[in-house]
Amino acid sequence: MAASKETVLEGRHFINGATACAEGAIIAGCRFFAGYPITPATEVAERMAERLPHLGGVYIQMEDEIASMAAILGASWGGMKSMTATSGPGFSLMMENLGLGLMTETPCVVVNMQRAGPSTGLPTYVGQGDMMQARWGSHGVYEIIALAPSSPQEAMDLTITAFNLSEEFRLPVLIMGDEIISHMTERVVIPPADKVKIYPRRMPKVRPDDYLPYQPDKDLVPAMAPVGEGYHIQTTGLTHNEKGYPVMTSEAHQKLIKRLVDKIILNKNKTIRVEEENTAGADVVICSYGSSARIAEWAIKEARAKGIKVGKLRLITVWPFPEEKVRAAAKKTKAFVVPEINNGQIALEVERCAAGNAKVITVPHMGGSTHNPQDILESIIRAVK
Amino acid sequence: MENKISQHPLDEFIRQDRMPHIWCPGCGLGTVFSGLLNAIIKSSASDVALCDEPRPVGRETSPAGGGIDLNKVAIVSGIGCTGRIAGYVRFDGFHTTHGRAIPFATGLKLARPDLKVIVVSGEGDLFSIGGNHFIHAGRRNVDLTVVCVNNSNYGMTGGQCSATTPVRAVTTTTPFGNFEAPFSLPHIAAAVGAVYVARWTAFHAQKMQASIARAIQKKGFSFVEIMSPCPTYYARMNKLGTGLDMMKFYKDNTVIANEVKLEDISITRGGKIVIGDFIDKDRPTFNDLVEEMTCKFTPAGHAKPSGEDKQKLELH
Amino acid sequence: MKNKKAKTAAPIGASKANQEVVEVPKGCLTLIKDRCKSCGFCIEFCPKKVLEFSSESNAKGYRVPRVKDPDKCILCGFCSMYCPDFAIYQTKNKEK
Repeated sequence: MAASKETVLEGRHFINGATACAEGAIIAGCRFFAGYPITPATEVAERMAERLPHLGGVYIQMEDEIASMAAILGASWGGMKSMTATSGPGFSLMMENLGLGLMTETPCVVVNMQRAGPSTGLPTYVGQGDMMQARWGSHGVYEIIALAPSSPQEAMDLTITAFNLSEEFRLPVLIMGDEIISHMTERVVIPPADKVKIYPRRMPKVRPDDYLPYQPDKDLVPAMAPVGEGYHIQTTGLTHNEKGYPVMTSEAHQKLIKRLVDKIILNKNKTIRVEEENTAGADVVICSYGSSARIAEWAIKEARAKGIKVGKLRLITVWPFPEEKVRAAAKKTKAFVVPEINNGQIALEVERCAAGNAKVITVPHMGGSTHNPQDILESIIRAVK
Repeated sequence: MENKISQHPLDEFIRQDRMPHIWCPGCGLGTVFSGLLNAIIKSSASDVALCDEPRPVGRETSPAGGGIDLNKVAIVSGIGCTGRIAGYVRFDGFHTTHGRAIPFATGLKLARPDLKVIVVSGEGDLFSIGGNHFIHAGRRNVDLTVVCVNNSNYGMTGGQCSATTPVRAVTTTTPFGNFEAPFSLPHIAAAVGAVYVARWTAFHAQKMQASIARAIQKKGFSFVEIMSPCPTYYARMNKLGTGLDMMKFYKDNTVIANEVKLEDISITRGGKIVIGDFIDKDRPTFNDLVEEMTCKFTPAGHAKPSGEDKQKLELH
Repeated sequence: MKNKKAKTAAPIGASKANQEVVEVPKGCLTLIKDRCKSCGFCIEFCPKKVLEFSSESNAKGYRVPRVKDPDKCILCGFCSMYCPDFAIYQTKNKEK
């Protein structure tokens, strides 16, 4: 299925990450946006407010982020691809309804343009402190998909990917951007509509009378019937069976949660994306994501100029965590250097997967700016001593 | 008449494989459920006379009158005893998170204006945790029907106080008596601009059913509060007897007063309950205003941008 | 009118043994006894006092009502309107 020609603004543009993210959503078929203003994600909402009404879509500014998350779930059930965009404080508010989206298997995209936290923090300055929250922020047992763009171009591309993954696996997919990416203006190339593949909503192949809302296909993902067509859908946040009816037993819960977890874990090959370069035989591998990866580029160049064999493993998919990639790289290198604008979050995952085969050196930064690239360079130099 | 097996007229609209429902003997929810179903069915008949204007050609919203398509009825509920209704109806039913039925329903309705979206939930769900969402949906005048069952406590979790528990009433979290003044729900609904506001009790089943039907068929944010007995908790803890005793109390201690000052009609212990059809008016809905100002809002299709629009859409 | 698209379990209490159909002037009252939870609404709010509690209990131990004075029933529909459990309803004879 290709994107719609009328709505894709094909060509070369000079736009910021937030705008690019909005355009990516529109290309992917998003026609519903519910959000709440919050720095540094507000521009996504503003762009959607301008664009959606003329595309037959809906922009609504909800009263808070809790309502925004609920509204995009409702709109998704109403058949419109939907998205919201926020930052740390709003992301925290969205957690409960994110769980509802996971439990009811509702496709949608949630964008977090991270800023320095915790709490109100530094609204206009970058942070990357929500990475673990992206994985564990909602209560209970679940898996999530989260993608981290490192440029406005990627903000657009990965938003399209996020919509496709959300439809393919029926869950909310997260875009873990940050303030730098959101407010950075760079060249963004929007391809022709027919070059963009769109994953369509999975429609049931059975008659309404025979439809079971949570009967999975072979890939563990159920078809999603449209509302108002006689399918008599049932959804609930309670533990449920294939009919969508609450079943209050441990057995039913284990069966359901196992499927929700497996549908992501067993299909990891479709979701894992990294940028890997020169990791074989490297003295040190820089493992980073988002705007930190941009800063690390300078340090990589300088270190290589000094004769250090530096590999790069840039995480594009952060969750599910690219375990195999890190495990394999750990066997080929002596050390990982993990710069991130937090006190070491993804570094914990790298350390877990490195399993002692390579040192893991974190380059933390509590937030408010990107790293001084010199700090990353010094960590690389220390790593090879 | 022969002695044959026949079916209760509402059985086909109920998920029989979920019956019996969980509500206690004497709980008014079954009566409300029955009234809701009858109101929906009544609204699907094409000969129901109503005063709303017919829909303009090309506008894919539900006809503002009878003749609603039963396949296009969607029930959205929150958490609590009342919230279980979404799971019992043979329509599209969405059992969402506590307090968040209204924003979910807003998203659903705006994505599919052709649906008849009815929010059915309890007073704790809609006005405590959900209060903020209620007032904004009312302010926006999204075309939703909200049916609120008010049993003066949080029944599902064992009888704690709620925002409508009368002063001095005893609940598990107000063992000395409730220190807090309760809301008047019709007052809040009217204050935020609901176009239809009514309060009845489960005893006033006919009026309740007619109000729900009116609310369903009316365009805009419509609100019906229904007082209902909670025999297991509220009635027992406040020595109000059985569910039947509370129904008889509603029969003998209610006053129908359509023109009353809504801020004065919160519930008091042992006092008269004022019920009636309080507000029935019209004002532009959210979608009306979007359409007026964007001029090209077509919910179901993609509008092709005009030449002028394309210029505006060019990224700068 | 049976919904032809319905694919549901059989209505609870729909077996012959559980339904009591009582003829009244102009129609009949049907009591689906296994659904009853003895709330008493139908008995109390019948304007003609046609119903009373019987000495019979259903499978769950709830005392079920019986039609005491069928000839007084005017098929007003209050019993079924109030019943929270869909355990009683009336059927009107077709007009001749």
